[in-house]
Amino acid sequence: MTRTPQAAALGALGLAASAPGAAASPMDYLHADGKWAATVLPLTWGLFILSLVVIVVIAALVIVGVMLRARLGNVRQVPLVDTRATGWIAIGVGVSTLILIGFVAWSSITLARVAYPPSKPALTILVRAHQWWWEFHYLDKNDPSRSFVTANEVHIPVGKPVRLELQSADVIHEFWVPSLVGKIQTIPGQTNVTWIEADKPGVYRGQCTQFCGEQHAHMLLSVFADPPAAFDAWRADQLRDAPTPATQEASLGERGFIGHCAACHTVRGTVAEGKLGPDLTHLMSRSTIAAGVLPNNPGYLSGWIADPQSVKPGSLMPDPDLSGPELASIRSFLVTLK
Amino acid sequence: MTAAEYDRVPQFIGADYNSPIARSLERTWETKPGILGWISSVDHKEVGVRYLVTAFIFLILGGCMALIMRLQLARPNGTILTAQEYDELFSAHAITMIFLYAQPVLSGFSNYLFPLVLGGRDMAFPRMNMFSYWLYLAAGLFMYSSIIVGAVPNNGWFNYAPFSLTEYNPGPNMDFYALGMIFLGISTTVGSANFVVTFLRMRAPGMSINRVPILTWGTTTISVGNLLAVPSVSLAFLLLWLDRRFGTHFYRPEGGGQPLLWQHLFWMFAHPWVYVVVLPAMGMVSDAMPFFCRRPLVGYAAVVLGTITTMALGFGVWLHHMFATGIPFIALAFFSGASFVIAIPSAIAVFAWIATIWAGRPVITCAFLYFASFIVMFTIGGVSGVMTAAVAADLQLTSTYFVVAHIHYVLIGINLFAVLGALHVWFPKMTGRLIDERLGLVAFWIIFIGFNLAFLPMHATGLLGMPRRIYTYPPGLGWETPNMLTTIGSFILAVGLLIYFVNVLRSRVAGAPAGANPWDAGTLEWATPSPPPPYNFPVIPSVASRHPLWEDRLPQEGVGRSELRNGMALDHGKEALATTALDAQPDVILKMPEDSPAPFIVTLAISAFFVGLLLQLWWLAGAGALATLAGLLIWLWPARELEQRAGAPR
Repeated sequence: MTRTPQAAALGALGLAASAPGAAASPMDYLHADGKWAATVLPLTWGLFILSLVVIVVIAALVIVGVMLRARLGNVRQVPLVDTRATGWIAIGVGVSTLILIGFVAWSSITLARVAYPPSKPALTILVRAHQWWWEFHYLDKNDPSRSFVTANEVHIPVGKPVRLELQSADVIHEFWVPSLVGKIQTIPGQTNVTWIEADKPGVYRGQCTQFCGEQHAHMLLSVFADPPAAFDAWRADQLRDAPTPATQEASLGERGFIGHCAACHTVRGTVAEGKLGPDLTHLMSRSTIAAGVLPNNPGYLSGWIADPQSVKPGSLMPDPDLSGPELASIRSFLVTLK
Repeated sequence: MTAAEYDRVPQFIGADYNSPIARSLERTWETKPGILGWISSVDHKEVGVRYLVTAFIFLILGGCMALIMRLQLARPNGTILTAQEYDELFSAHAITMIFLYAQPVLSGFSNYLFPLVLGGRDMAFPRMNMFSYWLYLAAGLFMYSSIIVGAVPNNGWFNYAPFSLTEYNPGPNMDFYALGMIFLGISTTVGSANFVVTFLRMRAPGMSINRVPILTWGTTTISVGNLLAVPSVSLAFLLLWLDRRFGTHFYRPEGGGQPLLWQHLFWMFAHPWVYVVVLPAMGMVSDAMPFFCRRPLVGYAAVVLGTITTMALGFGVWLHHMFATGIPFIALAFFSGASFVIAIPSAIAVFAWIATIWAGRPVITCAFLYFASFIVMFTIGGVSGVMTAAVAADLQLTSTYFVVAHIHYVLIGINLFAVLGALHVWFPKMTGRLIDERLGLVAFWIIFIGFNLAFLPMHATGLLGMPRRIYTYPPGLGWETPNMLTTIGSFILAVGLLIYFVNVLRSRVAGAPAGANPWDAGTLEWATPSPPPPYNFPVIPSVASRHPLWEDRLPQEGVGRSELRNGMALDHGKEALATTALDAQPDVILKMPEDSPAPFIVTLAISAFFVGLLLQLWWLAGAGALATLAGLLIWLWPARELEQRAGAPR
């Protein structure tokens, strides 16, 4: 009975997970890119190493015990040594208890450290989860005209805590960006709160982790951590309304968009004010479409609009039933939404 | 019945299995031949075997579902299944394994073994016993009928609201699950009540409460747990069904409902349920591993207290499934602490098993290999559970494949490994034939390697951030290799189980004769022939120690001597002995009921009731309810031959 190799394999696989870091495995949580995740990481490693040690010790006790004692041969009677043997139970349980108490303390301290952001949050973002995409409201309480809405890609300033208020438009989802922050459910009828802070500029992948229906697997999000100046520029850009289409094709597309798409989608600066789907005012500033499923370029955009149900079966975006020219003109309108 | 008969003092006689009294008992207790006899049987051994066979069939069905899912997940962007098919499969797989295999299989062993290890003739309520089996079978078929209409439950076994409501899930899928679980809850409740009463009152004289096998402690503890926990889940599912079909607002946020209420009610049941599906299995290991260590279990009292403590604490940790729901931190800290503490009673059991090996002389058989590896699987499943008790770490671990790996180490490592070992041990008692050890060894090693290859890398899948319940995943996230390993491992595991079951079936007809006590074990069931006769014991044995059959070799244990061949002759019809709850002093001669088709008929009536509710055919539901009532009246109508009076023999 060789069990230690398996324990070693677990260790090796776990270490392999952390070694390549963000590049090879962007969803692993054995590395951290933000303050929340970095605070928790030592606890996760501590528990993981403790677990490996316990497994190795117990496996060794079982294997060595069986090998040593079985060699003595079968007997009809073994003298009772219950008092001594029971003492070993007391020792084993006593040691386990002390270790567990230590970990309760470590766990509680870590929880207290991540319960609230380390300093006053730079801004608050309202996250509204939908089947199967994410909506982000940048709220400015002092000047409501400086509020705007975007989808699936959320920008934050590097090095500053950002407060997230999370709600759901339909069923329970779960917000998770492993290298920045642990999971928090979005529950209809209540607002949950968490915070994120990224240490360095970059793009961090996240995903819904609470089963929420047919396309639960395709409900991704990205956190873009921008240097402060870039973040301010992005924010200023997002505040702009959509430009008036410059070409005839695009303005034909705008009319088509309003006819086919405006019931669900908003493009600020036009009469399209639907709230069921993502706000598309700055669609082309996003790197992906369909909640992270496809890269955002005119080709994929056409494919997605023409046949959303084959890209993302069960998606709440209906087949718009467009003719070829209609599709082409709507696409040429959409690509102006920079 | 005359006054003299009420006050009868039973005769004390000596008798073995060849005596005239044994032959007359055989006629009194045996199940009548034919289909009606089969339907009417209330023999606890018959109930146990039916539970086992049915549970193993569900295990195989659930396993096949898992293999299909593993094919889909073997490679990124799998296209074998649609999202809907995958959602139905992972839901049905979990419901099958957790509710239709893991607990019923343990009920099977317990039903078979309780009267035998306790030295009784039957369970306290034989008809209720068969009733619990019929209800289990009917509830299982009820849920499986969703396959026929193509509306299998599709929201996982947690079934979180509001995705389970008609707005998002309009088909009958969730009605099958909701009503099926209420249905199954009746079976669990009936069976649990029977175990508790049997444990407390149906033991052989002298088998005081500190002399019973640990298995009966485990099953009784979880039965008390079930009686407290099942109402919570039955209520949860009833409210869900009302929300779905009558537009109430228990879980519907519009109109003031609380989706979170579902999670509380569900986990208040489902966390204790985790212990329900492991504590009896741990009990079987605590009883049977000492057979192969050639000595009694070390630390009997500590293990029993650990079992009870685990169950009690198990009711105070449900919130650790809900750390990510936005509950205040102080509550999280409390439930986190409780979740760490629950590891302590488990540690007692682990060290007791290890001490038993170290203080014994292990005989390495298939059963022993399952039990010894069980200890290590138990530890792996246990420490990964402790990791999720730390709130902040759990917010990373939860909802990923790490938790899927954890639950499989718990359910396969602690439940299935114990069950496979226990079948090696008690199959000879049930059939009179040994399971072939050589093929058994082959099966063991394939199962052991396949299981660990499938589920150890799954921890890494989780640490690499793969969420559970996604029907496909893109390449490039580091998830390909561990997923492929898991798929390969799960097929190896399936091959091992196939060999195991082929070996069992082959041994059923061609296995070596077992004799009464093939393992030279110490507990009462091994004093009966294999298979035991329907009446179990010709005279009621009296017990003076934990190991009546080892007393000649264990001079330290107990002062008296158990008496297996001389005792009360209870042969005035179907009779059993009730004893007092703690000391097992003889108390009452019980008149046991004859075989009866009533449990089967009432189950049919209840099934009609639930089918009526499902199809919203109110006339059918009404007729089913009336027929249930009528059937129960006939069942419970006082019968003269069952009259008895308390306080008879001393």
